[in-house]
Amino acid sequence: MSCVLELKNLSFVYGKGTPFEKKAVDNVSLKIEKGEFIGVIGHTGSGKSTLMQMLNGLIRPSSGQVLLDGNDIWAQPKKIRDVRFRVGMVFQYPEYQLFEETVYKDISFGPQNQGKEGEALDKAVRDAADFTGLKPSLLEKSPFDLSGGEKRRAAIAGVIAMDPEVLVLDEPTAGLDPMGREVLLSQIVRYHKERQNTVLLVTHTMEDIARVADRIIVMNKGRPEMFAPTKEIFSRGDELEAFGLRVPQITAIMRQLRDKGIDVPEGVLSVDEAFAALVPLLQKEGKLW
Amino acid sequence: MVRDVSFGQYFPGKSPMHRLDPRGKLIMFIAFIVIIFCTFNYVSLGITAAFTVLFLVLSQISPKFYFKSLKVIIFIVIFTSLLNLFYGSGEPLWQWGILRITVNGINRAVFVTVRIVCLILAGSCLTFTTSPTELTDAIERLMKPLKVIRFPVHEIAMMMSLALRFVPTLLEETDKIMAAQKARGADMESGNLFKRVKALIPILIPLFVSAFRRAYDVATAMECRCYRGGAGRTRMKQIHLSARDVAAFIVTALTIGGVIVCNIFLKRVL
Repeated sequence: MSCVLELKNLSFVYGKGTPFEKKAVDNVSLKIEKGEFIGVIGHTGSGKSTLMQMLNGLIRPSSGQVLLDGNDIWAQPKKIRDVRFRVGMVFQYPEYQLFEETVYKDISFGPQNQGKEGEALDKAVRDAADFTGLKPSLLEKSPFDLSGGEKRRAAIAGVIAMDPEVLVLDEPTAGLDPMGREVLLSQIVRYHKERQNTVLLVTHTMEDIARVADRIIVMNKGRPEMFAPTKEIFSRGDELEAFGLRVPQITAIMRQLRDKGIDVPEGVLSVDEAFAALVPLLQKEGKLW
Repeated sequence: MVRDVSFGQYFPGKSPMHRLDPRGKLIMFIAFIVIIFCTFNYVSLGITAAFTVLFLVLSQISPKFYFKSLKVIIFIVIFTSLLNLFYGSGEPLWQWGILRITVNGINRAVFVTVRIVCLILAGSCLTFTTSPTELTDAIERLMKPLKVIRFPVHEIAMMMSLALRFVPTLLEETDKIMAAQKARGADMESGNLFKRVKALIPILIPLFVSAFRRAYDVATAMECRCYRGGAGRTRMKQIHLSARDVAAFIVTALTIGGVIVCNIFLKRVL
């Protein structure tokens, strides 16, 4: 595997020289491999969003470097736009960025800026709409007539349409109902599998991230306190709690069972996994009917 | 970005200036504006400048922010003082084509510069040390006599405080939308004027949409709390005059008196 993004001693200070000065990101160094699905978790104000915005050059770091395929993204500040096409960024509540007359036009804003035209543009828009589960009939509607969930999809499609090598999503499921959340998440997973690109998912929902991420970055006070495979992160529940985070509910239940001396595996991350582990135990004791 | 502008910002603090009665501060500020344009010789100009500096020092806010707010108007200052410099009347000291400099022109340029700078500094001092809520409260109190002629004082004050309340929110929102559109490759830094104006559309439309959304939300929230205008409303924070305010009034009165006396007894230079 090759490394797609590398951060070197990255720092960012907000409001330098004012009474509101604050170190948002503090000397971060880490490497992200091509094709990985990375989860980013952390308490509110832990510097996740700032860190994410430095990945595509929306925020210029106070010090340190972001290397994309080994090249410093700020080596040529005039070409920073190209970096933004390669590292796609979906913000929190992205539906507030919709502005065009039709959904189709709004999705095509990004690829059009990239210089795509004609059939390539049409394909990019329709593929993106398909990935996010937008019905073709919605494409000709005004984005302001859509429901909340559909707006969210349209906005995410607007970024996916640029076909970025790295896709950063900042709490894409915030404010959606459980069903909408489930569907959106599985669409992101499908997109990741089919396009084989790198995805970074920022979230507060441990259940979501536990199911989909290969590795997890835990941010606390501007520092990546942990960066390890998902199973390992969630088997260190006590440490997570020290950062104001928790493990998924199912992991907590399985841990309690383990503490009571029942022989279940460590670091169970999903209900399905827990089910698979519990069924043989219950059958052995003849308690399953 | 947009948030770097310090003019009009409020810096919480406990300095003597912060603790002055906002009504008093507003009256003194208005009096100061009047008096600064009634300075006709260097002594009175000096007095008003000294008065400004005194209040800046009392505000206990880093001079850096005052310089920052001056930076915004530096071009206006240079432009107007240059105009005044070349349009003075009287004997020319130096002439080149239509450009001529006279003693009168130099005086005018100096006066205009000092006046505008003092004005901006005093205005910044007022907004730096007075929270928007205090300011609108003060305006509401001072305009109360207008109620006699059925002027909707409370409603205007409420509109002002709501507008002020949403300035930082909308700025933040603008930043967010700009970031989101930039992430989709929006290019706002290059191209000709027409292109740049067009590039604003993806920012302005979402901004308007969200401003209306917020307005509806606020209206609903206010109705939920049974807001029904100014009649019979009491205040959470009562404002009182204190010895400190009296002292400030005396200093202001002395400045005004000083300027008037200088104007009467000293020669006018303008």
